[in-house]
Amino acid sequence: MKPTLELRHVSKTHTSPAGDVHALREVDLALYPGELVAVMGPSGSGKSTLLNMAGGLDAPTSGDVLVGGASIVGLPQREMAALRRTRVGFVFQDLNLVPALTAAENAALPLELDGLSTRDARKAGIAALASVGLEDLADRYPEEMSGGQQQRVAIARSLVGDRSLVLADEPTGALDSVTGEEVLMVLRDRCDAGAAVLLVTHDSRHASWADRIVNLRDGAVVDVVGDLPEGAETSEQVTS
Amino acid sequence: MFLGSRDLRHAKGRFALIGGVVALITLLVVMLTGLAAGLGRESVAAVSTMPDRGVSQIAFSQPAQGQKVGFDSSRVASSAVKDAADQPGVTEATSLAIAQSRVSVDGVRSAVTVFVVEDGSFAAPSGVRPGSVVVGSGLGKDANVAAGDSITFGDKSVRVQAVSDDASYQHVPVVWMTQADAKAAGVQTAGGTSLALLKTDGSFDAAAFEKQSDLVAMTPNDSLSTISAYQAENGSLTLMRVMLMLVSALVVGAFFTIWTIQRTKDLAVLKAIGARTSYLVRDALGQAAILLLIGGGLGTLIATVGGLLARDVVPFVVSPTTTLVPLVLLMVLGLLGALVSLRRIATVDPNSALGAAR
Repeated sequence: MKPTLELRHVSKTHTSPAGDVHALREVDLALYPGELVAVMGPSGSGKSTLLNMAGGLDAPTSGDVLVGGASIVGLPQREMAALRRTRVGFVFQDLNLVPALTAAENAALPLELDGLSTRDARKAGIAALASVGLEDLADRYPEEMSGGQQQRVAIARSLVGDRSLVLADEPTGALDSVTGEEVLMVLRDRCDAGAAVLLVTHDSRHASWADRIVNLRDGAVVDVVGDLPEGAETSEQVTS
Repeated sequence: MFLGSRDLRHAKGRFALIGGVVALITLLVVMLTGLAAGLGRESVAAVSTMPDRGVSQIAFSQPAQGQKVGFDSSRVASSAVKDAADQPGVTEATSLAIAQSRVSVDGVRSAVTVFVVEDGSFAAPSGVRPGSVVVGSGLGKDANVAAGDSITFGDKSVRVQAVSDDASYQHVPVVWMTQADAKAAGVQTAGGTSLALLKTDGSFDAAAFEKQSDLVAMTPNDSLSTISAYQAENGSLTLMRVMLMLVSALVVGAFFTIWTIQRTKDLAVLKAIGARTSYLVRDALGQAAILLLIGGGLGTLIATVGGLLARDVVPFVVSPTTTLVPLVLLMVLGLLGALVSLRRIATVDPNSALGAAR
């Protein structure tokens, strides 16, 4: 089994007059289909930087990032935007949804941005909402939904169409504990259906939903808890 | 324009407000344009319609020291008109004298501008012959004069052969009459404006004409700028229109600047999930175009209906030039204003969607 997402020796250094800041140091990480990997660490440990690299929102200083086996480092902005519309889904902590769009329109947004007809995009959006149990709320606006429902719509959006990689940045950070657990249950459910989810969190209770837990400190991976899925190819096997 | 149309649907109040402002500005601009055209016509219609009767050039005398060439200063002697007729490229020349006078209609006296022409002049409207005059419709309205009526200059009565919408000069009705009638009516032309009206062919050369005849020739359209009152009036109204259009561009630009700032986090999310900057700018410009079209269209419609209702009372011209042209100009300027403000979209960093609340 090949990884959906792979980071190879990724480093990120921010240069400032006060000196270089190493946000990530030689990080290796592979995420496989059906796997939920949690990234944990204290503030400033490089969790969000790692997510930025994985989603092509930022470029590493060195190393490589592969999505579906293809390197995304150095892709032109236009192709990077296309990658995010078609391959990579994001779930943010809050302010996830566009307030002027209904739940179905929000869920279908990446397809709409990619040029699919509004009717077909809506169909796919409603199907994605159904996968998170919200098809009945298709025509509701974000302001008419609870925080948990909004996050589920965001998960539906991140997986709409053919996408199977979700990058979730503290998706339960703005929710109460019960609602947060519900959202993680939906993410786990999507993983079990074949999606790969990289979850950034600082809450160990939420990390317990993961197959593996990667601990970051000062930009470096200090500990990995959990095993690779059966049949997973290692980085060396993939490159050979 | 997927996002823009959804914004319009979702934030109806906000867009109705700005659309209302655009409608009001358009209403003002179209009203002013129609009024400016109406006033302009009242001011110079007797001159601007001369080409319809074959006048291709108007020849003015050289101005005295400190004066400008044009209607205000021209004194062309009859001998100079004859000389002008012999110049290369000139096929015919006739004189025109302009004088102020008063007429009586049923005992009511009205101010008029008298355009005195030679008997049979090609430049005069049809119906001007000894004993018969053509009057401006302004006199028709003020003094209730119609074709067939008589008007009196002192003791001399002349018959009104026709009433013309295009016979006015500096907001005063014009009476076109022959030199003989003007003399009999005691209209004082000596010392007033006098010029030569020319019919020319393709070989006419204004510079050579000036050199040979010592007269300055220009087209009737160009000559309008030498009427100082018209220029001042037109300049003021044009300035007001330009200012209003700039205000419109600023208002639309300011609205979209604030709108974009308010949506910064939404835009970051949109970019993070793959929206291109060009897509977002196109979408927002489409939104601005709809706003301008609806607001501007409504303002233009109200102004047009108002102008049609008011044009019997005030000079107002309703035509595509006075309605659609200002609308299109307002839309173009509004879109430019929006485009300038939408540059901000390019600066929104999709990274800010991640950890936005931290």
